[in-house]
Amino acid sequence: MTFTVGDTFPPFTRDSGFAYWNRYAAVNDEFIPIHMEDDAGRSAGYPTAFGMGNLTWAYLHVALHRWFGEEARVAAAGVQFRSAVTRGKRVVISGQVTGVRPAPGDGACDEVDLALRAEDQDGTLLAPGTATVVVRR
Amino acid sequence: MTDVYITPEMRAVVGVPFRETVSYPVSASDIRRWAIAVYYPEVPPRLYWDEEYAAATSFGGIVAPEDFNPFAWAAAVPELRPREEGFDWDYTETSLGVKGPGLTTNLNAGSQTRYGPRIRPGDVIRSTSHVLSYTEKQGRMGTMLLTVIRSTWLNQNGEAVKENDQTSIRY
Repeated sequence: MTFTVGDTFPPFTRDSGFAYWNRYAAVNDEFIPIHMEDDAGRSAGYPTAFGMGNLTWAYLHVALHRWFGEEARVAAAGVQFRSAVTRGKRVVISGQVTGVRPAPGDGACDEVDLALRAEDQDGTLLAPGTATVVVRR
Repeated sequence: MTDVYITPEMRAVVGVPFRETVSYPVSASDIRRWAIAVYYPEVPPRLYWDEEYAAATSFGGIVAPEDFNPFAWAAAVPELRPREEGFDWDYTETSLGVKGPGLTTNLNAGSQTRYGPRIRPGDVIRSTSHVLSYTEKQGRMGTMLLTVIRSTWLNQNGEAVKENDQTSIRY
């Protein structure tokens, strides 16, 4: 696969709500009231309970493998959580290539830098991110 | 600006290791369940649960998603203890022997992560952490304390599978 700066990818989407968060809490032992109870979410300044940042983080990785294949190597990734994924929001993750260079020490691979963006269904920014993925040419 | 929450004692523990944790051996079932939760409602890729399929990939077997947490629920070190009600958001400072700010809300603000080899079934992961920085800023909920904690995860071969700088916001 070869990539060029400016390339974009089909958005990766996930709905949100307790069906998603409870499953994640069950594997990450993340039973925190703000993710389980609307009252706790409101006490923290939000209209409802809201999803785990770690789950949005996981979705960024799912999106990367959707775009680059399951055997691509994610060398680095970063995210800043700007808005909460309150109940009922749809998470939409998009990505754009910002850099491509030969992977050090591996003439068959490129390192591809990406700008990532998780937003809700209305275009409100939830979490900007970055990633570097190593892909075979 | 004068710090509201950051004390000289807190600044003194920046860079001091704390919270060494050793996982139980990662099982294929741990990875399978993690992938099912993260990919819900889709069926996760076979790489995460089908040994025969995974054996034919470049990994040669099942690997974990990069975001997999081998320390969820319980670790070999420290050993399982009774759980207390509520959350101690001063856990970092308490672990380092200093008084924390006693704030009641703790949010995940983000991460910067570098990955090494993927975690596999049978791996034992050792994590060590230290506070990279404390800063304060004004937000819509008033003064907020930002804490960056760097955690390094090594596998049983001494390979760094992950180095993660996690920022939390307390207010």
